[in-house]
Amino acid sequence: MNQPHPDTLPAALTRAVPVSTLPVHAGPDGPYGSRLLHGWFATGGPAGLAEHLGRYGQAPLPDGKRPSMPLIHAVEEAGLTGRGGAAFPTGRKLRSVAERRGPAVVVVNGMESEPASQKDESLLHLAPHLVLDGSALAAAAVGAAAVHLCLPRSRADQVRALLAAVEERGRAGIDRLPVQVHVLPHHYVSSEETSLVRWLNGGEARPMATPPRPFEKGVDGRPTLVDNVETLAHLALIARYGPAWFRSAGRPDAPGTTLVTVSGAVRSPGVHEIPLGTPVGAVLELSGGPSWPLAAVLVGGFFGSWLPADQAVRVPFSKAELAAAGAGPGAGVLVALPHGACGLTETARVLDYLAAQSARQCGPCRFGLPAVAEDFRLLAGGRPDGGLMDRLRRRVGLLPGRGACRHPDGASRLAATALATFADDVRHHERLGPCPGATGRPVIPVPGGPGPEQEGWR
Amino acid sequence: MTPRSSRTSRTAGHLLGIDRVACDGRGLCAELLPELVELDEWGYPVIHDARVPAELLTHARRAVAACPVLALRLDRARA
Repeated sequence: MNQPHPDTLPAALTRAVPVSTLPVHAGPDGPYGSRLLHGWFATGGPAGLAEHLGRYGQAPLPDGKRPSMPLIHAVEEAGLTGRGGAAFPTGRKLRSVAERRGPAVVVVNGMESEPASQKDESLLHLAPHLVLDGSALAAAAVGAAAVHLCLPRSRADQVRALLAAVEERGRAGIDRLPVQVHVLPHHYVSSEETSLVRWLNGGEARPMATPPRPFEKGVDGRPTLVDNVETLAHLALIARYGPAWFRSAGRPDAPGTTLVTVSGAVRSPGVHEIPLGTPVGAVLELSGGPSWPLAAVLVGGFFGSWLPADQAVRVPFSKAELAAAGAGPGAGVLVALPHGACGLTETARVLDYLAAQSARQCGPCRFGLPAVAEDFRLLAGGRPDGGLMDRLRRRVGLLPGRGACRHPDGASRLAATALATFADDVRHHERLGPCPGATGRPVIPVPGGPGPEQEGWR
Repeated sequence: MTPRSSRTSRTAGHLLGIDRVACDGRGLCAELLPELVELDEWGYPVIHDARVPAELLTHARRAVAACPVLALRLDRARA
């Protein structure tokens, strides 16, 4: 196992060196190829500031208030993509903010609104200073004058821990900009980047119509970078160890590691760090393997895709190969559905949740999504009327591309892939009523509790 | 399809855009520009192809001007 080498740290990235000539540093590759979770393997607990600095040293912050192009080059060269769900190239996002006029704003997205994901919560718990380093580095990269960390109201302990971590860094004087910690309502669409911008500007945590996108006009009207906490933690390591080190895990077209949350019918559900491109079946093995023969896997989360289990296990976990299979990485979520469970009932519960969580601003979320959820409930309950399937398919097909955000698109994908993957169950429910699994114990962790109707958006 | 519509000239430089938050399904766009805008069962617009053919540009402008909540717009397509 490679130990980190704090003494060889910030060598290159603050100088204008072409990236291809950067030396490959010995990076913090821990057991099982872990990078972000390395500290956890060493101590089994969260890394405080002293332990963090002992392992990684200080973040190599570039000089000056101007955007730092060498750092952006390094991120581009590394091929880092966003780990919040969209998998957009992070370097390109940094560049588009850095190239705007005037001081920028960095928003660190720790909202993790995907109920089947726990990886951001785990990362913030175990390695808060890696995230805060990444935030400071991203701020330096784009020439930011303010850094905002957004956390969900439902995680009070985490908020306290992060406030303490920020304060400790302040006392140690290692950040140029104080990180402002904000606590937002924890609804599904509140983590969307325009929701964060709107909330930080004094409004409700609901998505906004675009353009303008946040990189053009975001918080306080400034060019604004919104990045997921895991993305920034990777950035903190790229800044230290360079793009070649980052690319030494994963594959050329899907470099680096990523955090995944595995739940459902596996022996040890939890968060794992995997090299991108690891087959889904191997990821399930990391979680102890299936606890029961599997029927299907939900890939990506509540906005994700159902794949038949025999197909899913062979697909490498990378954006391109998941896309070819009709899925996407989302926020790194895998839910294993055992044989005997009812995928239609599971999907109906998730659609109900998504309908209740929508911001109800656009036609598809005010009418289309609730109608699809209702149709799916009828199908899952085995009470289809004659026109149900035609109506459902038409309504599912009319959701995508017609909202201010991608909420209806995600719900449509979930519904459409359920109808395809559980086609046999659809026939059973249509002709014979609900299958035995329809009344079984739920597999997908759909939150109960109050939603935006009760809690509001501010 | 009405005689006004033609697939061949869809390389024109304008795109029909909708502010989906502002839109509240009044439906005038579909009345004034049925070649490009349909309505779903709740009266909200469905646009299958946002490109505006040159011969529909005047009609599109009229529809944009008529939208009571200013949700419909014409964007210049990028080259």
